[in-house]
Amino acid sequence: MEQILANGVYLGSQYAMIALGLTLIFALMNVLNFAHGQMYVIGGFVTYTFYGQWGVPFVLALVMSCVTLAILGALIERYLFAPVIKGSAREESTMLLAAGIAFFLDAVILLVFGEKQRGVPKIIDGVFNYDFKLIMPYDRILICFLAILSIVAFIGLMQYTKTGRALRALAQDRTAAQLMGVNVDRYSMIGFALGAMLAGLVGGLLVTITGVNLGMGGPTSIKAFMMVMIGGAGVISGAIWGGIILGFMEAIGLALLYQYGDITYLLIFVSLMIFLAIRPQGLMGKPWG
Amino acid sequence: MKRRSLMKSALTAVAFTSLMASTALAENTVLKIGFVGVTSGPAASWGISNQRSMEARAAWINETGGYKIGDVTYDIEIVSFDDQKDPKRAIAGMEKMAQEGIHYVVGPNVDDGAAAVRPVAESNGIMYFPYAFPKSLYEAPASNAVLGMVANYQSGPAIYKYLMAEKGVKTVAFVAANESDPLSQRTGGIEAATALGMEVVSDNVTYQVDTTDFTPVLTPVMRAQPDLLVLSGVSPANAPQLIRSARELGFQGVISTETAQDAGVLAEGAGDLANGFISVGGASTPELSSPMMVEFVERYTKMFGEYNDESNTKVYALEYILETLKADPSAITDVDAFKTTMDTFEAPNPYMNGDAKLRYVGMSSFGQRRQVSVPLVVNVYQNGAFETLFVAEVD
Repeated sequence: MEQILANGVYLGSQYAMIALGLTLIFALMNVLNFAHGQMYVIGGFVTYTFYGQWGVPFVLALVMSCVTLAILGALIERYLFAPVIKGSAREESTMLLAAGIAFFLDAVILLVFGEKQRGVPKIIDGVFNYDFKLIMPYDRILICFLAILSIVAFIGLMQYTKTGRALRALAQDRTAAQLMGVNVDRYSMIGFALGAMLAGLVGGLLVTITGVNLGMGGPTSIKAFMMVMIGGAGVISGAIWGGIILGFMEAIGLALLYQYGDITYLLIFVSLMIFLAIRPQGLMGKPWG
Repeated sequence: MKRRSLMKSALTAVAFTSLMASTALAENTVLKIGFVGVTSGPAASWGISNQRSMEARAAWINETGGYKIGDVTYDIEIVSFDDQKDPKRAIAGMEKMAQEGIHYVVGPNVDDGAAAVRPVAESNGIMYFPYAFPKSLYEAPASNAVLGMVANYQSGPAIYKYLMAEKGVKTVAFVAANESDPLSQRTGGIEAATALGMEVVSDNVTYQVDTTDFTPVLTPVMRAQPDLLVLSGVSPANAPQLIRSARELGFQGVISTETAQDAGVLAEGAGDLANGFISVGGASTPELSSPMMVEFVERYTKMFGEYNDESNTKVYALEYILETLKADPSAITDVDAFKTTMDTFEAPNPYMNGDAKLRYVGMSSFGQRRQVSVPLVVNVYQNGAFETLFVAEVD
């Protein structure tokens, strides 16, 4: 039981971080960013390059991942999404654009970083072992702690800073925010950059545990969408709860159902379908959007 | 006036150069060889190592004047198609090869793709070299597929037998991704281990192919405390993470797989925790590699920036196709002639030291020669590189 709880907290915290950026972008711009997983992968590769290849301290490499993705996110918003949103009233235009960006980033990743799985040296050696009832490598504990810290910092930013208030206003009602003097274009770009930065941050954190490869982007996006759907699209606290719930479901399923084969995700998908049929807006979303 | 003359001279020079270039290109007839496999997504490494091996070898052949088959010298052109590990895309890829008049195709990389393209290949006179293990592809009445590597049901028993004798291994646990290839390899592995008298202590733990953290997956397996942990059909992307998680969970036994791996990937992903990991390779270790293999690795690295150890096995398919066509030039357009030649074909193996031969095998496993004779080299990973554990041959 201790192991299941520990695995659940660990998986939940990393999943919540992945979902946060996606739901932030959706909340601000009503854009389903299918390229979120690819941004996560780029974040991992940037940390891999700086920390794993060039020997730069891990924290600095992590900062480079954040900066790179923030710049990439800002450029994508300014030169791709913003013009499309202004020029087209159809929501599928941004969806197609996001899918196109995902394919494009996949191709760029292949060209720049190659097809191989990449990994970096462990940031801390050793394993916490409590009488074989609870086994957790120290680096996972540290990453879990850093993920929770990042989530708290993000919530703090959204709650207590001028930028956060502007972003929340934008998410609640774009027109009203504009009438109150919020520079919508500027904060949309900042919000998208922040969402992309979160993807870069979690990619950089997790490359120390999971490594990174070209093919991780698509599945990561799918998992992130699942968490957002569970929690409620566009709701920050919903994404956190979605991540935690998915993490615990996975940990419990893998621990208790392994003798029946790989049915954990089958059950998760079935549960998700039933849940969405009963509550389509998700756990914390509003029925009106 | 002076400027006009200069422009005329420049245009004439450009036209002349273009003409010379096209004449040079047109010197040799082009022989197209196809590749249909996965070059995107989580398993991209499998197909890309195939494609790049073929492209590196083709560039080498073309650079050195082409490949002589009968009286004609050919430049080799590789036509590639990414099937995205999707059987429907694999069919589309094979249809594209048929439309281009290609009779020899390397791939697909996985079981369901290889099974899906069979009707297209057979109806269009295409010989194809899959990296997939279902016996039905290679047993009569099927005759167009040639297994491009050593199958797990051939390498597995050899590895288990070695470990039983040398390491005293008695119990084994299997872990596989929830996909057709790894699951069928797990089934084959369980059968082989049971037949050899090993006790299978865990055989039902699987994982999603996109799993990135294997600690929760492996926790129940570790409770069974096996002597040997077999990672059935594990992809190079997942192997380091599985090894790392198993070791961090306190596993002290042997870890092995029957798929080819890359030493660099293991070093980065698992470091010293991967020491002792057993996998299957081609002419991969320094003591086995011939000067031609060394040059191939150099050219591949120069062309793509980094070598992939999986190519130690993947280098062979194109060589087999070309050497067999050389043995019977009529096979260039007649795959029946190719099939007939396969029964008696033999040529020196240019990638291995010693007197190793290229020849078609598979009589024991398939009842007909529908497998390339790739050396069954069992490697052990040690401090960043593979060392040869033992070498065997497949009949």
